Amino acid sequence: MVAVNSPLATTLSNDEVLRYSRHLIMPEVGMAGQQKLKAARVLCIGAGGLGSPLALYLAAAGVGTLGLVDFDVVDLTNLQRQIIHTVDDVGRPKLDSAGEKLAGINPFVNVRKFETKVTSANALDLFRDFDIIADGTDNFPTRYLVNDACVLSGKPNVYASIFRFEGQASVFATEGGPCYRCLYPEPPPPGLVPSCAEGGVLGILPGLLGVIQATEVIKLILGSGESLIGRLLLVDALGMRFRELKLRKNPECPVCGTNPTVRELVDYNEFCGIRGEEAPVTASVPEIQPAELKVRLDRGENIFILDVREPHEYQICNLGGHLIPLGDLPARMNELDSSREIVAHCRSGVRSAKAVTLLRQAGFGKVENLAGGILAWSDKVDPTVPKY
Amino acid sequence: MKVSIPTPLRQYTGKQASVEVFARTVGEMLSDLTTQFPDLRKHLFSDDGKLRRFVNVYVNDEDIRYLENGNTPLKESDTVSIVPSVAGGS
Repeated sequence: MVAVNSPLATTLSNDEVLRYSRHLIMPEVGMAGQQKLKAARVLCIGAGGLGSPLALYLAAAGVGTLGLVDFDVVDLTNLQRQIIHTVDDVGRPKLDSAGEKLAGINPFVNVRKFETKVTSANALDLFRDFDIIADGTDNFPTRYLVNDACVLSGKPNVYASIFRFEGQASVFATEGGPCYRCLYPEPPPPGLVPSCAEGGVLGILPGLLGVIQATEVIKLILGSGESLIGRLLLVDALGMRFRELKLRKNPECPVCGTNPTVRELVDYNEFCGIRGEEAPVTASVPEIQPAELKVRLDRGENIFILDVREPHEYQICNLGGHLIPLGDLPARMNELDSSREIVAHCRSGVRSAKAVTLLRQAGFGKVENLAGGILAWSDKVDPTVPKY
Repeated sequence: MKVSIPTPLRQYTGKQASVEVFARTVGEMLSDLTTQFPDLRKHLFSDDGKLRRFVNVYVNDEDIRYLENGNTPLKESDTVSIVPSVAGGS
């Protein structure tokens, strides 16, 4: 099991004894377990979807030192799932918001806030003062960075990730156990697996998975139960099915194998194929600004509006355009009149830029992209159109 | 037998969560699957025809890398799962 460094023998005050009484009266925790929790130092990376329930439960359970790493600001779209933040926190740093809530739940917890992005330069320093790392980040470069830093510093990586209504959880990088790279040696190429911001996520899902992470953290600290080490838990919230798959430590793993080739932290953006600021696809296609489109439509010009979003997005808001989702466009170009001027739009202008490229390659001469999509239309022309 | 398709790849299988295939081995299963749904091919295989490293295939609860990879035999009663990495969390 995991050795939690407890520099001092910890004792509980009478207030703490009362607070933790439901733990103390069960033999699986008891006084010894509660003291271990108090001595434990857990670093939560990300105070968002997974980080919210994770940090709330760890604080409530009496984990003595809780580190939080985040550099983001609360926005309104976070509140559908990031339950540590409230309406009043919108615009505030997530760390300030989360720190207050945790102190409100349990003033005995020492909350340490790190307002930074985890990088190859700072990860090992950040991890140094903690026993267990809980990864609640949201992108592949940081996932690999956290994993490698855990392996190199010998600290367990309590892992969960989510997509739409499915999640994965495990415990990586324990002594003798597999790491994230044993499971997935390489990341997908950029753009192939959508993020939550692109693909959406069921609001309760980070709740389920974040609480599973908190459970695994607490079991590691207590040294009891059966850990997810060597198992990948798959959660399907829609089917409400929990499955598990076997994980093995890969002897050829580049970071935790017998002859590791990764002996220090690398450039994880490069590893994940992300090369600086990539030229946006929208730059290379002809565009029309929302205000100009409005003027020309008001003049009664014969412009065909093509909406390349999905049907469920059309239901949120639309400009009355003809709906052909981008994925269906190659097969449905016959619905379009190549002699007419066509303005394609989507939510933000990225998918419709691809549509414009497709149509131009297919011989449509008068196709333009609505710059900034329906979001820009809402900002610049018609604020009654909701943004999403 | 049925192959369960993970959410990120369902856009390439006509939104189906599981797909019926006829196969005696994992290799045949992947071949049948990508014949039925050609758009899946580039997401499952790299240009040199190897299964991509962020996609794992399991027969029941075991990773095919620890069985016989593409030669792993399949029975009608086996559960075959394709499990790609996902990174979301915020």
